[in-house]
Amino acid sequence: MTTTETTSGSKVLGQRVLRREDPELLTGEAKFSDDLAIPGALHMAVLRSTVAHGRITSIDTSAARSRPGVVAVYTYQDLKDDWAGPMPCAWPVTADMKNPAHFPLANGNVNYVGDGVAVVVAESKTAAVDALEAIEVDYEELDPVLDLEESISDSNVIHSEIGTNLSYTWELIPNKDAVDEAFAKAAHTVSERYIQQRLVPSAMEPRSVVVVPAPFGGDYTVYSATQVPHILKVMLALTVGISETKLRVVAPSVGGGFGSKLNVYAEEVLALALARKLRRPVRWTEERSENAVATIHGRGQIQNIELAADADGKVTAVRVNLVADMGAYLQLVTPGIPLLGAFLYHGVYDIPNYSFTCRSVFTNKTPTDAYRGAGRPEATYAIERAMDALARKLGVSAVEIRKRNFIPAESFPYSSSAGLVFDSGDYLTNFNKALDMVGMDELLAEKKLRIDAGSRKLLGIGISFFVEMCGLAPSRVLASLNYGAGGWEAATVRILPTSKIQVVTGTAPHGQGHETAWSMIVAEKLGVPMADIEVLHSDTAIAPYGMDTYGSRSLAVGGTAIHIATERVLDKAKAIAAHQLEVAEEDLDYAEGIFTVKGSPDRAFPLAAAAFEAFTAHNLPDGMEPNLEASVTWDPPNFTFPYGSHIAVVEVDTETGKVDLVRYQAVDDCGNRVNPLIIEGQVHGGIAQGVAQALFEEAAYDSAGNLLSATLADYLVPSAAELPSFELGETVTPSPTNPLGVKGIGEAGTIASTPAVMNAVVDALSHLGVENIEMPASPERVWRAIDGATRR
Amino acid sequence: MQVTMTVNGQTVSRDVEPRTLLVHFLRDHVGLTGTNVGCDTSSCGACTVHVNGESVKSCTMLAVQADGQEVTTIEGLASAEGELHPMQKAFQENHGLQCGFCTPGMVMAATSFLKENPHPTEAEVRLGLEGNLCRCTGYHNIVKSVLAAAASAGE
Repeated sequence: MTTTETTSGSKVLGQRVLRREDPELLTGEAKFSDDLAIPGALHMAVLRSTVAHGRITSIDTSAARSRPGVVAVYTYQDLKDDWAGPMPCAWPVTADMKNPAHFPLANGNVNYVGDGVAVVVAESKTAAVDALEAIEVDYEELDPVLDLEESISDSNVIHSEIGTNLSYTWELIPNKDAVDEAFAKAAHTVSERYIQQRLVPSAMEPRSVVVVPAPFGGDYTVYSATQVPHILKVMLALTVGISETKLRVVAPSVGGGFGSKLNVYAEEVLALALARKLRRPVRWTEERSENAVATIHGRGQIQNIELAADADGKVTAVRVNLVADMGAYLQLVTPGIPLLGAFLYHGVYDIPNYSFTCRSVFTNKTPTDAYRGAGRPEATYAIERAMDALARKLGVSAVEIRKRNFIPAESFPYSSSAGLVFDSGDYLTNFNKALDMVGMDELLAEKKLRIDAGSRKLLGIGISFFVEMCGLAPSRVLASLNYGAGGWEAATVRILPTSKIQVVTGTAPHGQGHETAWSMIVAEKLGVPMADIEVLHSDTAIAPYGMDTYGSRSLAVGGTAIHIATERVLDKAKAIAAHQLEVAEEDLDYAEGIFTVKGSPDRAFPLAAAAFEAFTAHNLPDGMEPNLEASVTWDPPNFTFPYGSHIAVVEVDTETGKVDLVRYQAVDDCGNRVNPLIIEGQVHGGIAQGVAQALFEEAAYDSAGNLLSATLADYLVPSAAELPSFELGETVTPSPTNPLGVKGIGEAGTIASTPAVMNAVVDALSHLGVENIEMPASPERVWRAIDGATRR
Repeated sequence: MQVTMTVNGQTVSRDVEPRTLLVHFLRDHVGLTGTNVGCDTSSCGACTVHVNGESVKSCTMLAVQADGQEVTTIEGLASAEGELHPMQKAFQENHGLQCGFCTPGMVMAATSFLKENPHPTEAEVRLGLEGNLCRCTGYHNIVKSVLAAAASAGE
């Protein structure tokens, strides 16, 4: 059943409420950053290095400067006094982490194809872009470092000032001797090596920034296609050297982010610095080909994972060694990405001994950073692929190996060997539901039938059971990981004199439907129509405090802040009503906008009247401040731990190597469900992105360090034709971490689906002897794997 | 050079550089920013509009090629009285959009597709929308929206 916003307001949570965001997006009325009409704005264009590693021996900008419409052309040398410091990295994961200075334009050396070399400012976009071609740059080319294992050898050091390509080594080894002992005593071990290829996040809206200065007042408004307007404001103030009080950051409609807009980018710094320097508005929107090289990439890891198991297949230890690709520089949270997965390499399994080591290295490639799931898809991939490998070794099914190792439902809250406390879960119930919904027995029979019949198209069934830590994050935990900020979220709820309600949130939606979902939370508590509730966000002048939207945090942290603020407003209104009715507060009931005296329902006082009393302040209880408003900053006591079973069914054409995803079953548990419509949408989109990593997408480089897949013609973001409809189910295990009992769903599909698909591809071919195929499982890779196995 | 066309029922005439693409004409010269630019290789379909009733990626066409033609953009789809087009309604009712950036192009492509094939199967919808990329929805609810619009048109 689908409902519209005309719902009465009672029991709103859990209903499929249609999104209030949609009409303006569906009609073209919504304004994305590049849509903003800013009279007199100058257009910026960035000249980018065509060399992966080199020294700039000369730059001649004179011809570009003299082109029609060009206002200025700048290099690093021209602008080095226009910012207060290098580009920010907010996550120094270790005290000795190496972080080479990174400026918006290259200072002498270029370190990846796409590195900014010069910037043109012109009266029109075409004039700016045309002028780029008139800039003459000479490079002394140096050998690029492209391979992670070559990088770690330090045979060719990228940043000579730090003397090594190793940024940091980070370990989580609670008891090394116990891990060694478990491996020594193991009846079975597996040792697997997986490659997490680099991905281009590819939000459909390119990045875009517009800076509007008020030169005489000294204020700057920054409009940016960002997920993090609040973080961006702080970081721009520090980096450019402008008082935070003079900066206002607005994220207008934002066309998807997936982590790629969780950053502070060179172009944001440049546009602000140039608007200050030139005293005029400056705007920039990236081309798609720039997005491919100059917006962060995701993933980029070599994963070595070992499991030790006893004779029954009970896993006793997991040992992980990662090499993680930072790219050429550390962006905002680049070094922290492997850490977000570091605690989850035991997955949903009760594995008592744990060892994790990550070495993070520089390469002459685009910097990496958060991409949907950020560390957790990588962890889930490794453990779920390795569990299948263990099952094959033991000769048991992928279902059976998981059932033998699940964390039992009765052990929640569960203290993991990696040091986390998992909030709640019932994995076996969820798993059985998924197996039932997908019809596992029939699928296995069909698979066997095709093998026996010598069918050209083999069936593969892949299981992935994921758990993630989200609801980022308890601030003290972030402190223990050296993160440069807290993990709280802020909310204000105010009831205006006319009884309309304003909700101010520090979350920054870019497709998630927060306006709808946050209205539902308030409507549920107050029992008022959703139409009376307005949600304000993504403008630091309106919502001064916030930690923004990423890491599946907004509902569990921001939604909770709103819920608590609403409770406080209601408490204050109750005190006003009690005063007006001359009864004690505990003698009042409340429902659907009206306070009534217990036992005498005719004695009533509406919430709207309390709001007006709070406004006039003519007759408030002694000592009560006027106005009906509450502000709450919620710092969660723990992460939340959504989980779920995902099962992929693929057909592999043994003659062409082509893989078709024919069915996909997901049963997610994200705790209490606020709006199933939105939840399902998040799962669908997440699945598609994870499937894309498994089958289609790769940021592929040539031996000179050029990105080969730099356009959407070469980088295979799947279309509708490559995907099936998805089959969804759910279980509901509320989180005890927050009063809403919610967990988060934004990244679940992406985390779960990549290993589900790859396990399915390998499952289809394992009887031939295929044990691993690298991602993406392109027809060529799959064909070669079949060919190699059948020749053996 | 002077280019004149009908956009959403209104005659518009602008003096533009010959290299101006139709999408830039619509966005920068006419001020209709609902049509989005998502790529530079005509791959993503975010800029899809109708030219003489047929869907066209407006980054593949010069403004001068549209001279004298009838162009409809996303802004011209809902009725003047504010009633959403059945396809727009279907997208809202089936949660066929999230961030909304691909949506104008997707809706324009979908309405044109249904004109050619009013009773499509799911597979036909998927193939029919192959030229329009979405990164948020996994297409599940987009396909559902288009099928729902087709069904409601048949009622």
